[in-house]
Amino acid sequence: MTFFFEILIGGLLSGLMYSLVALGFVLIYKASGVFNFAQGAMVYFAALAVVGLMDKGLPMWAAVIGAFGVMLVVGISTERFVLRKLVNQPPITLFMATIGLSFFLEGLGPLLFGNEVRPINLGIVDEPIEAILTRFNIVLSKFDLAAAAIAGILVGALALFFQFTKVGRALRAVADDHQAALSLGIPLQHIWAIVWGVAGFVALVAGMLWGSRNGVQFALTLTALKALPVLILGGFTSVPGAIVGGLVIGASEKLAEIYIPPVFQSAFGGNFGGIEGWFPYVFALLFLLVRPEGLFGEKHIDRV
Amino acid sequence: MSGDARMTQMAWQGVARGGDGQPAWSGASAAAIAAESPREDAQAAQAHARQAGDVILDLQNISLSFGGVKALTDISFDVREHEIRAIIGPNGAGKSSMLNVINGVYHPQQGRIVFRGEERRKMHPTEAARQGIARTFQNIALFKGMTVLDNIMTGRNTKFRSGLLANALWWGPARNEETRHRRKVEEVIDFLEIQAIRKTPVGRLPYGLQKRVELARALAAEPSMLLLDEPMAGMNVEEKQDMCRFILDVNHQFGTTIVLIEHDMGVVMDISDRVVVLDYGKKIGDGTPDVVKANPDVIRAYLGAGH
Repeated sequence: MTFFFEILIGGLLSGLMYSLVALGFVLIYKASGVFNFAQGAMVYFAALAVVGLMDKGLPMWAAVIGAFGVMLVVGISTERFVLRKLVNQPPITLFMATIGLSFFLEGLGPLLFGNEVRPINLGIVDEPIEAILTRFNIVLSKFDLAAAAIAGILVGALALFFQFTKVGRALRAVADDHQAALSLGIPLQHIWAIVWGVAGFVALVAGMLWGSRNGVQFALTLTALKALPVLILGGFTSVPGAIVGGLVIGASEKLAEIYIPPVFQSAFGGNFGGIEGWFPYVFALLFLLVRPEGLFGEKHIDRV
Repeated sequence: MSGDARMTQMAWQGVARGGDGQPAWSGASAAAIAAESPREDAQAAQAHARQAGDVILDLQNISLSFGGVKALTDISFDVREHEIRAIIGPNGAGKSSMLNVINGVYHPQQGRIVFRGEERRKMHPTEAARQGIARTFQNIALFKGMTVLDNIMTGRNTKFRSGLLANALWWGPARNEETRHRRKVEEVIDFLEIQAIRKTPVGRLPYGLQKRVELARALAAEPSMLLLDEPMAGMNVEEKQDMCRFILDVNHQFGTTIVLIEHDMGVVMDISDRVVVLDYGKKIGDGTPDVVKANPDVIRAYLGAGH
């Protein structure tokens, strides 16, 4: 039983890191109705900026601040030079634009900051916490816990920001009805710039956490793909949905990896490892059949 | 001054008397509303709240077309400060287009718009909001997922001063500002008598109340000019009476200039000071309700030829 909990807790913690990536999608989708395919590229780009600036001799803290500046520039120029030109275009056009943006960032990043795989050292070691190991006999990684805490704090802070400030209200207003928001004097362009800036910041945090675990490399862009089942589960428009979706995906893929292969092996023989690579997608697919709007997404009811 | 006051009074009496020799403007509901309205109070209030009557918005030879379709052709009229100005006309006459021109959503190809003595170039709705023009929409445009309170708070948007960073950190000045605006919003809520629903997500409210919340959101901006696009569409008689009372109260207590589009002729003739009539994008009548009612072109547009 302790083994089960160990897997479960490890899965939940790594799930929060999926939530973090998913959150970037949700922010932009909520405020501008754009599915930002480039979110994964932004994560990669942000992590590259950190290691790139450190290679140039900057200390860690300065590199992080610098990378944040870089992400702000990326976000604001995306709004200024891509989205603003495409206002009132159909969503598929905007989606295509973000695909273009992702290729652009994936090319520009290595050009500016180098393309060799480098580690980010956050100063948190990936080893089990002694007290919990001796007391409950459960392996709980310090790194996982710290990463989960960072993700949790960030998600919580953003939720509060959305709920209780003027800017947060304006963001929700823009997401809900452009025309009405404009008539109240809410400047659409500012709001979009803010959203892309915040999404850039979230990408930076996600990039640093993932980068410190797996090294800063092109594969980081693929973490964004893992955010897709999270979004399908949680709903594209819900911040709490991104959190819960991440937890569910994280926990279920780890549990599936441990418990499903033995069943198949005893039935068919052979090796059934690596289930966690595809399990979330199958899970999300099945979930789509039951609840297409996601756990927390808005259900659209069309009056006929 | 006295002329203005008398003009308004005529508007009131015109409806109270109903149709003496004039076309019967959708009789029943009009009479009901006229009977229920607090007429004496209103007239007493008018004496001091409706002082000035300078032209604050002057629309000159406005023409607007979408591709080859002409929505508005050479329309001129003005709006005076503190008056209730109605725009009426059959469906598709261009009333909403006219409102969207005033609001800066549409930019007319021809014509001049002079607002408070300044000619307006291509203007954006956000600028209109900053100049003190608030509006409601024909199809309710509330933020459905947000509570009544949050919806009305968005109306205060132009009044906020604190920056993004202070906001994000929930820092002293930003927080004080938030409570100050919250107080103002509570006043609006009291005014429109929607205290009981302030925490309800608007998507769950019945239609009539949503319309009222939308008015509240517009009022929260403390506008000097209020554009109402069919504020009473789809309401029952009782809801219409309430809405009429609120519109008149806003006009009398705050002196807010009101431009409204409405289909219920009884209501229009009852509450407005001057009426402009559009038909097929052209202006066919303009003046006090009595003048408009007697205008043969207007009668023809509404009742058809041969009457």
